[in-house]
Amino acid sequence: MLLLALDTATPAVTVALHDGTSVIAASSQVDARRHGELLLPAVDRVLAEASLRLDAVTGIVVGVGPGPYTGLRVGLMTADTFGLALGVPVHGLCTLDGLAYAADVAEGPFLVATDARRKEVYWARYADSRTRVSEPAVDRPADVDVGGLPVVGAGALLYPDSFPDARGPEYVQASALASLAAERLAAGEELEAARPLYLRRPDAQVPKNYKVVTPK
Amino acid sequence: MADEPLVLGIETSCDETGVGIVRGTTLLADAIASSVDEHARFGGVVPEVASRAHLEAMVPTIERALAEAGVSAKDLDGIAVTAGPGLAGALLVGVSAAKTYAYALGKPLYGVNHLASHICVDQLEHGPLPEPTMALLVSGGHSSLLLSSDITSDVRPMGATIDDAAGEAFDKIARVLNLGFPGGPVIDRYAREGDPGAISFPRGLTGPRDPAYDFSFSGLKTAVARWIEARRAAGEDVPVRDVAASFQEAVVDVLTRKAVRACRDEGVDHLMIGGGVAANSRLRALAQERCEAAGIRLRVPRPKLCTDNGAMVAALGAEMVARGRAASDWDLSADSSLPVTDTHVPGRSHTHDHTHDHDHVHEVAKDNLYS
Ligand SMILES: [Zn+2]
Repeated sequence: MLLLALDTATPAVTVALHDGTSVIAASSQVDARRHGELLLPAVDRVLAEASLRLDAVTGIVVGVGPGPYTGLRVGLMTADTFGLALGVPVHGLCTLDGLAYAADVAEGPFLVATDARRKEVYWARYADSRTRVSEPAVDRPADVDVGGLPVVGAGALLYPDSFPDARGPEYVQASALASLAAERLAAGEELEAARPLYLRRPDAQVPKNYKVVTPK
Repeated sequence: MADEPLVLGIETSCDETGVGIVRGTTLLADAIASSVDEHARFGGVVPEVASRAHLEAMVPTIERALAEAGVSAKDLDGIAVTAGPGLAGALLVGVSAAKTYAYALGKPLYGVNHLASHICVDQLEHGPLPEPTMALLVSGGHSSLLLSSDITSDVRPMGATIDDAAGEAFDKIARVLNLGFPGGPVIDRYAREGDPGAISFPRGLTGPRDPAYDFSFSGLKTAVARWIEARRAAGEDVPVRDVAASFQEAVVDVLTRKAVRACRDEGVDHLMIGGGVAANSRLRALAQERCEAAGIRLRVPRPKLCTDNGAMVAALGAEMVARGRAASDWDLSADSSLPVTDTHVPGRSHTHDHTHDHDHVHEVAKDNLYS
């Protein structure tokens, strides 16, 4: 097995290769505005680091968000196209699950929160690092019922008033997604479809009427 | 000819997901998925709606194009993609797909200019472009007059709209007349039964001291809307057919007059018209009439090649391959305001054969890009 994992749902452009046993190469760069430029060269780099050719890849794993849409789509479009060109399956994983998997929390329940912009966070609730117990949601920090639990991710660090027990990591790492996917696939579990979790409708104003131009 | 370059082109600059395949100047496939219906109720293209639709449509559209062309992806000589100008987020979906496809197949990638592609597509219809060619590009997103002596390296702007694109004016007037979106086809239809001389609407920027090749449609738009509102305020019926015909006449009169004048001034004996508005029947007829009178050969591709499509991108990509132009780098980015003079985005190691010393920074640092 050789999984190529990537995620662009947070400011990190992150790529990893996993051979079914462990992560054999990885790259993460934080640049929220250059997902499109950085992703493919990063794939090229991790393959070179592992001395492997692209045609050795047996499956793609992609973080499906939630995350800011423009960046998120770069990862999904790249994953879909690799699937097409290589004829390998494309597996989706919730980006928040990748953060939970690498959470700096010893045990017990916690939350994951990432920056959703517009003063909101994408978040979900976890029983432990492998078990999500709520659907991913987008809300204002003050409206998230934290219940004194630790909160993992950049969304937590951004809003200390709402999330006093903030933990790392800030951004998801593809190596975490790859390890989680390898675990689940080895256990015979189906992963999610590689479709984006937008959680918000597109911003669009329906014009009520055309703008009257005759001066009153 | 089998030794002509086989190129797949991807276009996502607006609301059409286009994937075309050409061999040299021969069209093999032109697959399109449009999200236009999803935009209709908004009265205009909603960028986020378009971007979401591109992501969903891309892989099926590539598969459809390959099936239509009856070729295998491994036989392609290159992948071309619209790098700009266009809607930033929408462009980025196509660029991401094209880069990955080219990389995975081990083929060169060509990030090309959307406007140059609109010109180059005529090669699929009428054979190699004469050099030089004058091009009038008119659509919902652009209205420009361009002169090209080599479509892969030299496109010079002669004039452009100073306010709205011609297609935008059609959309706006259709909305004022409650005819729906998009406005171009429906105005054309009503205008056929109307009198183009019924109402005398203004011809923008046609005064003796106005720029000879620039366009303005904002004043016309306002004048037509005012005329309609005055009728409605007086409780009178609006003669929709005559308004449509008279408005359309004002637009195409200015477009063709300036295009023919530019040809004459520059001594160019070929005019090509492209872009969505080139599907307008009155524009085609009047351009034909005026070109004939001026001894200019008119080239207008069939309507499906005039609107945004992947075949036009493939056509320019094939020309890039044929002329040995430099491929793009793997970190190619979408550039929503790519200048028309940048016919393509060659890789940095090849910038020495880039004919312009345009110091362009390929940053996608647009506030509207990241939602
Ligand atoms: Zn166009």
